[in-house]
Amino acid sequence: MKTVELFEPAMCCATGVCGPSVNPELLMITGAFEAMSKVDGVQATRYNLSNNPDTFSQRADILAAMADDTETNLPITVVDGEIVKQGTYPTLEELGHYTGLVFVPADENKGCCGGSGCC
Amino acid sequence: MNTYQPLKEALTHYLFFTGKGGVGKTTVASATAIQLADAGQQVMLVSTDPASNLQDVFETSLSNHPKAIPGVPGLFAANFDPVTAAAAYRESVIGPYRGILPDSALQNMAEQLSGSCTVEIAAFNEFTNFLTDPQVAQRFDTIIFDTAPTGHALRMLQLPAAWDNYLAENSHGASCLGQLAGLGDKKASYQKAVATLNDPDLTTLMIVTRPQSAALLEASRAAEELAAIGMQHQQLIINGTLMDPMDPPSQAIFAQQQNDLENMPAILTTLPQSEIPLRPYNVTGLTNLRLVLKAQQPAKVKTLDRQSENYHTLDVIVADLIKTNKKIIFTMGKGGVGKTTVAVQIAQKLAAQHKTVCLATTDPADHLNFFKLNDPAITVRHIDEPQVLAAYQKEVLATAKQTLGANEVAYIAEDLRSPCTQEIAVFRAFADIVAQADSDVVVIDTAPTGHTLLLLDSTQSYAKEVQRSTGAVPAAIANLLPRLQDASQTEIIMVTLPEATPVYESLRLNADLNRAHMAHTWWVVNQSLGATKTQHPCLQARAQNEGQWLAKVQAVSNGHLAVEPWRPDFETALLQI
Repeated sequence: MKTVELFEPAMCCATGVCGPSVNPELLMITGAFEAMSKVDGVQATRYNLSNNPDTFSQRADILAAMADDTETNLPITVVDGEIVKQGTYPTLEELGHYTGLVFVPADENKGCCGGSGCC
Repeated sequence: MNTYQPLKEALTHYLFFTGKGGVGKTTVASATAIQLADAGQQVMLVSTDPASNLQDVFETSLSNHPKAIPGVPGLFAANFDPVTAAAAYRESVIGPYRGILPDSALQNMAEQLSGSCTVEIAAFNEFTNFLTDPQVAQRFDTIIFDTAPTGHALRMLQLPAAWDNYLAENSHGASCLGQLAGLGDKKASYQKAVATLNDPDLTTLMIVTRPQSAALLEASRAAEELAAIGMQHQQLIINGTLMDPMDPPSQAIFAQQQNDLENMPAILTTLPQSEIPLRPYNVTGLTNLRLVLKAQQPAKVKTLDRQSENYHTLDVIVADLIKTNKKIIFTMGKGGVGKTTVAVQIAQKLAAQHKTVCLATTDPADHLNFFKLNDPAITVRHIDEPQVLAAYQKEVLATAKQTLGANEVAYIAEDLRSPCTQEIAVFRAFADIVAQADSDVVVIDTAPTGHTLLLLDSTQSYAKEVQRSTGAVPAAIANLLPRLQDASQTEIIMVTLPEATPVYESLRLNADLNRAHMAHTWWVVNQSLGATKTQHPCLQARAQNEGQWLAKVQAVSNGHLAVEPWRPDFETALLQI
């Protein structure tokens, strides 16, 4: 079982549509985590500072990594308890590398992800 | 028509006063509350208007906790400033993590909890608390809500139903509502609030109007829309009917009122109706609030001569706008002060001076549709909220479909149903109109106060948002705030009436504009009765009372004040009927 955790800055909504424009990166992340949530063998969770301050406050590793520069140091990606990336969102390639999944464009197979253990 | 006598009616436990801004609904709600309290009832009077004037009416400071009103045993009042409520909410979320999470994290949370949807949710939480609290229900015989001007009131009252559906259907628990921890726990409260609003044995919608066509039209909209969302127990209160006309000005006003009442929209004729006659005194302070609904009125009112002064006219303002070459002109003020009329007149006067003008309204009631505008130099634009919302949703979904599959697009569609999406959509449309370069001048008739403040507020917070957003920001939005703050191209004209509430209201707007560094110089005082030389005691009382308010505006504007006389054709000359 692979565990992927994403610790994100406070946001109005997960997709960024509440901002002045659509943020494509957040759309990608939303899609990728939705897809991963359907895969056996991967547990993918997003924590948001405004929704889940408790989780942040209980994680010594995250508190240390945030230091006092939330803007620079979030988001933080954690795979199986190890911080693997901070300051920017992981790319699809990186998520594939962490989990062993292969992400394929949504329109090629009607919205599902490809790769091992999917669908 | 019957006179409005709350003591003689079988009133429901909850009363909601609504109506176009400036029709006197705070006055009527307050006078009703005082009469019931004087008759021995325990009465709670609640204002949920972000731009409430309940404090002015009772000449005392209020908070969101019930406060006993001095001089009226049994009457308690509370005032929800949703902005204050949102701040309290924000602190309740962030406070527990102070010293635990880094300061920068707390700031990040605070910023996200400062959006317009947080303010609305905070207000609504307070509102639901009052509507569902069994202790409040038991302690008070009557609970009276002095709701916001119609556009805002509609939105607010639509929230229970809209959010009820939203909570029921949103399976992700994310989005704007998701940020409020424990909101799902409140579902039962929201359902109870909706049920209470729609129960004709518990709740009455008291629609207040002036005997005047635009106010009646607005009242019919409120009646229709609120009936559609389930509030079918309604009655109509016509405030300020003139009695016994005896000279040409009062005859003109009388004729206009009677004509407008005879031609009131059909939906209103089906409602129980009562009226409150125009009084020969201004209804402020406890003494007059007690008096206004009484059958027995004082026989004689002392009269004073009023000194007439020479004030500027709109032409002086327009000449200045042309001389200083302004590009963006707003008319701003509480609903009912005639800012649409002033915007139309300015547009027409600018067009007469060979300027091309884009005349736009963000007013949900869309008054501009009722004006006759045939001048080819004037382009009329309207921000139609449902339409711009649909367009924004379509645009976002089109973007999302390029990178996401059907399930993920469905997720985005959920987020697009959140209350704040509508504000964003409206804001973007507003930015587009301001950015348009086809006309020499853009004249914008802004929406009633609460709405206006939210719009300007969102202008500011989006400017912050723009700086750190990684998405592609339309140029119209990125450029908007700096343009609004640039006095060399923008002028915000404050429009008010020579009466207590509208002037107090404008003074607050004035302070808000200063805080937001918005450029503004000119004031227009509309519908002054002073110039009519009327002998009618009710109208004379109003005319005499104008002097102090004109002086106040004169002082705050440093003399940049135009006074428009009362005209019997205030609307009929411009309205398309």
